[in-house]
Amino acid sequence: MAVTASPERDIVATPMQRATREALYAGAIALGLFVLFIGLRTDQNISNELILVQRWGLLAIVVVLTMAGRFLYVAYGQPFLANQKIVDVATGLLPESMATRFFRLPYFIAAIVIVAVLAFLAGSLDGLLGPGLAGYARFLRALAIIYALASVMFYFRTFIHAHFSALGITALALYPVIVVLVLAVYGGSMAAGFQGSLKWVDNFGIQILIYVMLAWGLNIVVGLAGLLDLGYVAFYAVGAYAYALLGTQYGLSFWILLPAAGAMAAFWGVLLGFPVLRLRGDYLAIVTLAFGEIIRLVLINWREVTNGSAGISGIPKVTFFGLMTFNVSDPNYIAKVFDIATSSAYYKIFLYYLILGLCLLTAFVTIRLRRMPVGRAWEALREDEIACRSLGINTTTTKLTAFATGAMFGGFAGSFFAARQGFVSPESFIFLESAIILAIVVLGGMGSLVGIAVAAMVMIGGTEVLRELDFLKQVFGPDFTPELYRMLLFGMAMVIVMLWKPRGFVGSREPTAFLKESRAVSGSFTKEGHG
Amino acid sequence: MSDASSIQKANPGVNDAILQVDHLSMKFGGLVAIGDLSFQARRGEITALIGPNGAGKTTVFNCITGFYKPSEGMITLNRRDGSSYLLERLPNHEIPARAKVARTFQNIRLFSGMTLLENLLVAQHNKLMKASGYTILGLFGFSGYRTASAESIDLARHWLEKADLVNRADDPAGDLPYGAQRRLEIARAMCTGPELLCLDEPAAGLNPKESMALNALLMDIKDNTGTSILLIEHDMAVVMQISDHVVVLEYGRKISDGSPHAVRTDPRVIAAYLGVEDEDVETVLIEVGDEDVIEQLDTGPDSTHGPDSSSSYFAGPVSDTVGHSEGERVTVSKGASKAGQVDARSGAAARPASPAEAEPAAKPSAAKSSAAKPAAKAPAKPKTPGDSNRGGGNE
Repeated sequence: MAVTASPERDIVATPMQRATREALYAGAIALGLFVLFIGLRTDQNISNELILVQRWGLLAIVVVLTMAGRFLYVAYGQPFLANQKIVDVATGLLPESMATRFFRLPYFIAAIVIVAVLAFLAGSLDGLLGPGLAGYARFLRALAIIYALASVMFYFRTFIHAHFSALGITALALYPVIVVLVLAVYGGSMAAGFQGSLKWVDNFGIQILIYVMLAWGLNIVVGLAGLLDLGYVAFYAVGAYAYALLGTQYGLSFWILLPAAGAMAAFWGVLLGFPVLRLRGDYLAIVTLAFGEIIRLVLINWREVTNGSAGISGIPKVTFFGLMTFNVSDPNYIAKVFDIATSSAYYKIFLYYLILGLCLLTAFVTIRLRRMPVGRAWEALREDEIACRSLGINTTTTKLTAFATGAMFGGFAGSFFAARQGFVSPESFIFLESAIILAIVVLGGMGSLVGIAVAAMVMIGGTEVLRELDFLKQVFGPDFTPELYRMLLFGMAMVIVMLWKPRGFVGSREPTAFLKESRAVSGSFTKEGHG
Repeated sequence: MSDASSIQKANPGVNDAILQVDHLSMKFGGLVAIGDLSFQARRGEITALIGPNGAGKTTVFNCITGFYKPSEGMITLNRRDGSSYLLERLPNHEIPARAKVARTFQNIRLFSGMTLLENLLVAQHNKLMKASGYTILGLFGFSGYRTASAESIDLARHWLEKADLVNRADDPAGDLPYGAQRRLEIARAMCTGPELLCLDEPAAGLNPKESMALNALLMDIKDNTGTSILLIEHDMAVVMQISDHVVVLEYGRKISDGSPHAVRTDPRVIAAYLGVEDEDVETVLIEVGDEDVIEQLDTGPDSTHGPDSSSSYFAGPVSDTVGHSEGERVTVSKGASKAGQVDARSGAAARPASPAEAEPAAKPSAAKSSAAKPAAKAPAKPKTPGDSNRGGGNE
């Protein structure tokens, strides 16, 4: 008698059945996740007692929305995507054809028209549409600008791809100039341009570039040498306090203290390096994490020197190489020298170019070092430490130089940070900072400078953009603060990028030498290192 | 061996032994992985180290290349310029750098994410570090580093050509087929400019054609660079064809030492590979010219006599980086040594011994040997298979 396969096995579930089943699963997961987050809420009543507010209705809405979303996606979304071949199955990316469908000339013209009209009406939007709709109109304008810029980038994509670094550096160098000019045209005077540029240059430009520099510094330790360092912020703190203390106590110039802070951070890098040389993987991560916390706790508790949690204020500003200063009271204040209007924007713009220069220095040194024996030894160490030793490479000094070099750039960034803020306190050097820097390195693609810069721009710029989304208050009520959701955004971005590109934005590595032609090494061959 | 001289000692007179291993012992906790091993590798020759699985060959390699610190013994390396190094005293990374000993690994260890060329450049690290003024001069683009860098690329190209890999120089090493990875590992070791090249099973997993190419490469290295080669190999075709000198290990002890032909006909070697209990050792011996037989029967230590798989658990950590579980399982258990049984049985046959005495007699040679034992082993050579057969009848 012939054996027949069970008939159920041959029937493929219809999309509807599958969608129903998956919707139920999604609902169950959502219920489990949100029952405590959304279903219950602690609050204070009038007599200051803690009470539990039950929000079962909201919970039910969230769960039902989740189920409906999953159902619609599986039942209609997935077949549609598959039919239209919208998403490339292998890469998870939109294929070329989809992008050309999305970026079309009529759409581009429409976007430009929307931007122009809304910009023209900018002043009278509130009067015309009321505050609610005006918020949406501004959002629409922002989206139209982004779409128009994306269209332009798409049109020139091959050119951009070929000259990415040069274009990026040019754009960064011109950024403050463009911001000031645009805002000056918009506001009608140069003074308004400078005043308006503060936010864009300081909150976006400088903030992002500090993280770019920190991430590039950590990239040497984690990305190249493969040593997982969770306490990188310690070196940032050492640099910042070195400048803050020596600058306030001895009045030394930033230009002397910048290398000093770097050297001091490098020294601490070596000090940390010695005990952790024998550790690998998780153990190394734990010890470096502890080191970061130790530094922070020392800063809090050594009150005589560091002034504890109150921090150090009145940190001197950077001077323009001693020729000009940015203090209004000084005789050689920049505005007096050039006989222009007083503005705090000059200092910010100067700081922007300073950190840009430091970033470029970091990139230059990293690129140079990668082509030198020590850089190759770092990467070899990441690939296989035992093989390194069999080739006569002193892994001890190699690891120490990686720690020291990475720490040095952290120290540079730290002293810059102190000069920019004018105030340091242990609050700025918590573990979360280390985690964010590491997240940027991982998201960008370990070892890739361009990828890391893009990741820093997305992560830091993205959280800053959240502050701009004030119109959301009209949707979610006046006490909705979008900034509070930045960690959610961070997490979501990480999950999405890790699903979409598990090796980060730029997963491949550029060889440091070649015989015939330089071909990028796919990320599937490189290793992450074991400690 | 406890002389207080420096690691590098003056060595008057020409010493034709490049590597001299004296009374080397390696113990992992209670397990004796190598017991009192002495042998020599002569300059300009290919010395093969063979033995059944778990005989301690890789442990010997790890001792020579500094991944393990031996419990006892002295390993002397005599360089061409007359200087000598005691390898057991040199730090791990200085053995390739100063004593010029390079090695490959049983499980290939390439930098898989780096290109072939980069792999060979990493191997020239120490030379390039000096040329780049320990990075500082190179960072500022001094010309000395640039010429050194160009020279290192030329050397890398030379070895890529030798290993027949020059067409793939810019591909990642992890992308190569297995045989090519083996050749690349040898090329990488040669880029360190070694005087002694230690190859751990270079022919493992190669097809006959690749094996031939490997033989040609090794002969070329031997003839053209003056580099002496020490190799561990299971592929008897390779061993018999290219080696000038063969050392046979069993359970951490040397059981035979000599030319390939002498070793192949040594009953102790045959016993180690085939076992003496076998009723038809004589017939097998006739076939021994056919190396495939040895290879087919080479299935590791007999589990009833030898250690079980958990024995390595008892071996304490010796190195934090080379787990010995990665290498070979090495141990000695009483009465497990087949070669020892040959000795014992021949001894038993010489004396009018009762069957009951023969078994205990097997023990001392295997487990209780003292430092002076290698000399005592020498007389065991002229045994014939007939002796062992008679001994086998005692079972």
